[in-house]
Amino acid sequence: MKFEHYGIGIAKGMALTFKHLFRKPITTQYPEERLTVSRRTRGNELVWDKERCTGCATCAKSCPEGCIEIITSRGEENNYIVDKFEVDMGRCIFCGLCVEACPFEALFMGYAYERARYRRQELVMDKEALLLSGERQPSGYARPKIEAGLPRQTLLLDRDKVKK
Amino acid sequence: MAIKTEPFVINVGPQHPSTHGVFRMRLTLDGEVIVDVEPVLGYLHRGIEKLAEGRTYTQNIPFTDRLDYLASMSNNLAYVLAVEKLAGIPVPERAEYLRVIIAELQRIASHLVGVGAFLNDCGAFMTPLLYMFREREKILDLFEMVCGQRLTYNYMRIGGVSHDIPAEFLPALDRFVTTMPGFIDEYDQLLAENEILLARAKGVGILPEELAINISASGPVLRGSGVRWDIRKADPYSVYDRLEFDIPTGSVGDCYDRYWVRIQEMRQSVRIIRQAVEQLPPGEVRTEVPHLLHPPVGEAYGHIEAPKGELGFYLVSDNSIAPYRFHVRAPTLINLTALRDMMIGWKVADAVAIFGSIDICLAEVDR
Repeated sequence: MKFEHYGIGIAKGMALTFKHLFRKPITTQYPEERLTVSRRTRGNELVWDKERCTGCATCAKSCPEGCIEIITSRGEENNYIVDKFEVDMGRCIFCGLCVEACPFEALFMGYAYERARYRRQELVMDKEALLLSGERQPSGYARPKIEAGLPRQTLLLDRDKVKK
Repeated sequence: MAIKTEPFVINVGPQHPSTHGVFRMRLTLDGEVIVDVEPVLGYLHRGIEKLAEGRTYTQNIPFTDRLDYLASMSNNLAYVLAVEKLAGIPVPERAEYLRVIIAELQRIASHLVGVGAFLNDCGAFMTPLLYMFREREKILDLFEMVCGQRLTYNYMRIGGVSHDIPAEFLPALDRFVTTMPGFIDEYDQLLAENEILLARAKGVGILPEELAINISASGPVLRGSGVRWDIRKADPYSVYDRLEFDIPTGSVGDCYDRYWVRIQEMRQSVRIIRQAVEQLPPGEVRTEVPHLLHPPVGEAYGHIEAPKGELGFYLVSDNSIAPYRFHVRAPTLINLTALRDMMIGWKVADAVAIFGSIDICLAEVDR
């Protein structure tokens, strides 16, 4: 093969990388600087609403991994009492099908994302561990009412200057 | 005087950075020249086809995410198209357009990784890859906004898509579409005329047109060899027949042509997204489908032009809630069969470039 302008292509590429020196950095220094996740984020740990749940186990049936376990008993007014509601978050694939399937809006995806654990056993969450609390907030996935109240997602696109 | 040497067998992989995953090549070398290649597959086999037979049609959608994880949306789309064909479910028009927009964004994201990794293999270490990851990040942001996840989306549903897009999606997409062509020009400026890349990719690993058709290659590998074949034109699905775009084709079928075709396809995808956003109608995004779908006894094959080639799902139903047989026609597995013919006669250093130019995803090859 013949190279007629040897070096010009390389020089062009180098000019571009040189120009990059003067661009604003687009990276985030993570632990100090945090981005806001999407309103519909499917974060770690499901959030369970004890009052709304009727124990119908639709979520357990819709789970592709079978990681939700529900045991109910019959109450006085012929209703279900949820004796056991256990989710093995170690097997969960965060597909969100259980939240979409819930007919009573009693199950939510979590909004948090820093939920690493040291032991597998700590990932198995029972009734008390799944309740709503200060650090366990629900996300707006398949729940438009919650979605409207969450902050706007930070986008990398916002950092670009748009030439018109 | 020629020195007679014994052929030498060398294992590349499974833990090798340029094999894009856990792929193993047994190269037989004569000096530095490759005389035989034996690909060894199966290190990432998870038995997804078998797993799918034990789950309902809806529950299988998250599993299709895990096939080609760089193009999950395309996998979702191909699978739901197959199920809709099997059960005869109509799809609202708005959902069809959303699917096209999302699938084309996914094509750009997948090609960015494919091209970036190929350039990485050619010796442009990390710089182009990170430039391309910057734009991919923007696409992932958009996907996160729509479906809440950045890699395993689970967005398409049987009879539509899971959610309508949020209000801030279209302005953000518009900004992306305006800036993206500039960035593609930037990639061109960075490396398209680079003499080292030309020397390493031009004329290397030629796949002749006839052979490409005979091994039923598809996607940029086939189009790089000069065959004008694209499922979006040849057998239009969704609303592709209402959109205008060109099929870029290479001329020789070498590594550079495959790289060039991918870059041009990104430009075409931007063009398709622009048209689809203009034509996007209001309305419903999902047809009501029973929780447990019982498709009639029969079989269906749904195929799309995924970023890496023709992705097809073959489903057989026995009127139960789960597919009786679930087969994936993975484009990269079939494109990989050309590996031996492309590699023989080239040097070890070219092997990495040729392999990178096929752009495979091991999770899809092994399933």
